[in-house]
Amino acid sequence: MSWLPQSVSGRIYASLLLILAPAPFFFEWINQPFYLDLLSRALILAIAAISLNLILGFGGMVSLGHAAYIGIGAYCVGIPSYYDYYNGWLHLGLALSVSASFALLTGAISLRTKGVYFIMITMAFSQMVFFILLSLEEYGADDGLVIYSRSEFPAWLSMDSSTSLYYWIFGLLLLSLFFIHRLVNARFGRVIVGSKFNEQRMQALGFNTYRYRLVCYVISAMICALAGMLLGNFAGFISPDMISWARSGELIFMVIIGGVGSFFGPLVGTIAFVLLEEFLSLITVYWHLIFGLMLIALVLFGKGGIHGWLSLLDRRGGGHG
Amino acid sequence: MVDNLLVIRGLNKHFGGIVATENVNLEVEKGLIHAIIGPNGAGKTTLIAQLSGQIRPDSGEIEFGGHDITGYSTARRAREGLARSFQITSVVMPMTLLQNVMLAVQGTSGHSFRFWAPVADDSEMEAAAMDSLAVVGLDDRADRIAANVSHGEQRQLEVAMALAMKPRMLLLDEPMAGMGKEEGAMMVETLNRLKGDMTILLVEHDMDAVFSLADRLSVLVNGHIIATDTVENIRNNAEVQKAYLGDSHA
Amino acid sequence: MDWSLLITQLLNGLQLGLLLFLLASGLTLIFGIMDFINLSHGSFYMIGAYFCGSVVAKSGSFLAGIIFGLAGMFAIGALVEWFIARKLYRADHLDHVLVTFGLILVFDTLVHLIWGAAGMAIPLPDALNGQITLGSLVFPVYRLLIIFSGLIVAAILFILVTRTRLGMLIRAGASNRTMVEALGININRLFLIVFALGAAMAGLAGMLIAPITEASIGMGNDIIIVAFVVVIVGGIGSVKGAFYAALILGLIDTMSRSYLDALLKLAMPVTYAETAAPALSAMLIYILMAAVLAFRPQGLFPPAGMK
Repeated sequence: MSWLPQSVSGRIYASLLLILAPAPFFFEWINQPFYLDLLSRALILAIAAISLNLILGFGGMVSLGHAAYIGIGAYCVGIPSYYDYYNGWLHLGLALSVSASFALLTGAISLRTKGVYFIMITMAFSQMVFFILLSLEEYGADDGLVIYSRSEFPAWLSMDSSTSLYYWIFGLLLLSLFFIHRLVNARFGRVIVGSKFNEQRMQALGFNTYRYRLVCYVISAMICALAGMLLGNFAGFISPDMISWARSGELIFMVIIGGVGSFFGPLVGTIAFVLLEEFLSLITVYWHLIFGLMLIALVLFGKGGIHGWLSLLDRRGGGHG
Repeated sequence: MVDNLLVIRGLNKHFGGIVATENVNLEVEKGLIHAIIGPNGAGKTTLIAQLSGQIRPDSGEIEFGGHDITGYSTARRAREGLARSFQITSVVMPMTLLQNVMLAVQGTSGHSFRFWAPVADDSEMEAAAMDSLAVVGLDDRADRIAANVSHGEQRQLEVAMALAMKPRMLLLDEPMAGMGKEEGAMMVETLNRLKGDMTILLVEHDMDAVFSLADRLSVLVNGHIIATDTVENIRNNAEVQKAYLGDSHA
Repeated sequence: MDWSLLITQLLNGLQLGLLLFLLASGLTLIFGIMDFINLSHGSFYMIGAYFCGSVVAKSGSFLAGIIFGLAGMFAIGALVEWFIARKLYRADHLDHVLVTFGLILVFDTLVHLIWGAAGMAIPLPDALNGQITLGSLVFPVYRLLIIFSGLIVAAILFILVTRTRLGMLIRAGASNRTMVEALGININRLFLIVFALGAAMAGLAGMLIAPITEASIGMGNDIIIVAFVVVIVGGIGSVKGAFYAALILGLIDTMSRSYLDALLKLAMPVTYAETAAPALSAMLIYILMAAVLAFRPQGLFPPAGMK
């Protein structure tokens, strides 16, 4: 059957999705709601990591400020809720439009720069959002804001129970994976990937690479804002800390653990990150040390992340994909 | 009436106190292979960069197909039909030869804000790309990764990419740079195949190749064109021999 | 207008600017010469403060704390360069970001392991605890000492960079790395010295501020971002640029925090002004950086000979 994944890594990823699909029922069955929470959080962050991977992995744009869009998405739930506007479509629409506008504005400036400068300017813009939120006394400033009720959708789309919220998350995760897969393999994606490796050549071929990159940046920001919208609903609490540059650094970390520029890499990377964080912090308060050393080792020795290691299985098995 | 595709008038470019291009006037006739030769440091690379839009001239104008393109970006010039190859091989290394050439087809066939349909399923685009690969004799290696083929094949790929843009004119910057004898002969053969159908502005060091290919020659010395003529006349031009052929063919 | 407040704020701005310069001068040299992004430069600032605090606690001498602290930071900087940074100079910037992000986690936790989670206060000798009164102007002696020593270090660094052979190599390295390599200089040793020197200066900044703020875990993680802004605004690789940019940003930050609301009140209703002013003053330096990157990406004072 040709529609089945041919490669070993492809089969592992497909199995992973199949395992994730019924997770709420499984955790209910073994009576462990805590694990559903953990998994929900992991998958929300995975959506953010997947969106970052679009610009970082496929487009070669290293942003150290992507957490800003998580924050924007979350505050687009929190602020309307503060005024008793709970309509989910409003939250969704705001998250997408505010993130798109902010990405368009800041991307238009950031993408005029390259390399180190791009890293720094994206970080600077996220720090700006951080400080704006920090100074908004009305919305709790650094204490943050409690969201008392989840976004309201029609009954069949409700996210009120933890199971239904999980399927919101899982559904948006699948959609983003599928959408980015189409995007990268379509004409648009070829331009983005080509520009990562050889921008000068792409321009000589007639592509206005700046415009394509800007659109790519905006799309990535919008997907990340979806993750933020989900995170606001999931946590029921938002604060400027969601945007600090350390959060953006962690997002890059998740992408790297999984494997830059692979479709499923950020998903497995984020799950690995969240699980490690959870269990290491149970073992020792000094778990950051292990984390830091892992990160250094990963860069110095472990090129390609988890996806890279799984791809080794492909080569051994002779498959392709 | 001579049909000139490219006309350069009074082009000047200085870097600080250094003159890179000085009052260059040049006309490239449609359908001909027009070669530019000159000793090292004569300003050939700077001239090419100004034609392709990477560097803006200080003064002067560049007219292509009757339009003033002096203010156009590199990308816009490419879409207008001015395709170039690079002196230092410049392809997308991790992609296959076919994918590289398909990018070239894509670059000049409308915008690429298409987010859904897979490029791999686009048989029309693939066919166009395969045609260009066939012209340079790489169609049997279309699925090889660009980084893994020989230097000569990468140079051929450069030409295939330029051709795939269906340009009105090719700007070839030392297509034979770093090539062995055999690879060079293949490139000459490829360019010979294009002769008559395609207008080509060729910058090349290999004199034998230039003399066998070019319909017309311009000699660039110190940023200035000292002569433009047929190959035969340039060979016999005393001034050119003194300025150029004399010292490099010693 | 309250002139003594204005002067006090100017001195505070100067103090912040000079601390930023101590951080940014090393950062900009490491950035400019090795093309290495060191996010963990702020960890040197933190570790310096803890080093100094431990020595002060043992010996009772603040001066001894500074001297041993500087030596310790020079050693730590050299070790980080030797074991980690050196392997990454040719890697891409993403790898720099990741590894030095990992280093921040490692250093923060090590400090936690060694000194505990609580902050560490550093007592000052009585002589430095007083205040200077000039008419209505009251300013702590210690803050004047920070300004004074910041200016001294800046002067020493200028002499080092402009008058010595090492400085000549550093300047050449910042603008043209290949040239220095072509001269047959031992580039590895140059890199090691620059990195260690940068760590020592960052550590000094931490030692100087700790008696005011206490040494605490993660204390460098916010100020390092501002130091990066200084580096970008000043022009990567330029010590002079870092000096001017640090002073400008230090003054802008301090002055806008105390005067921006008054200024905004002239232009808009009081309630809006009181909401907007703190947000705007916190953002001001980032807006400045974005403007510099958009219109003058090489920075305000790029090193000579740099493209």
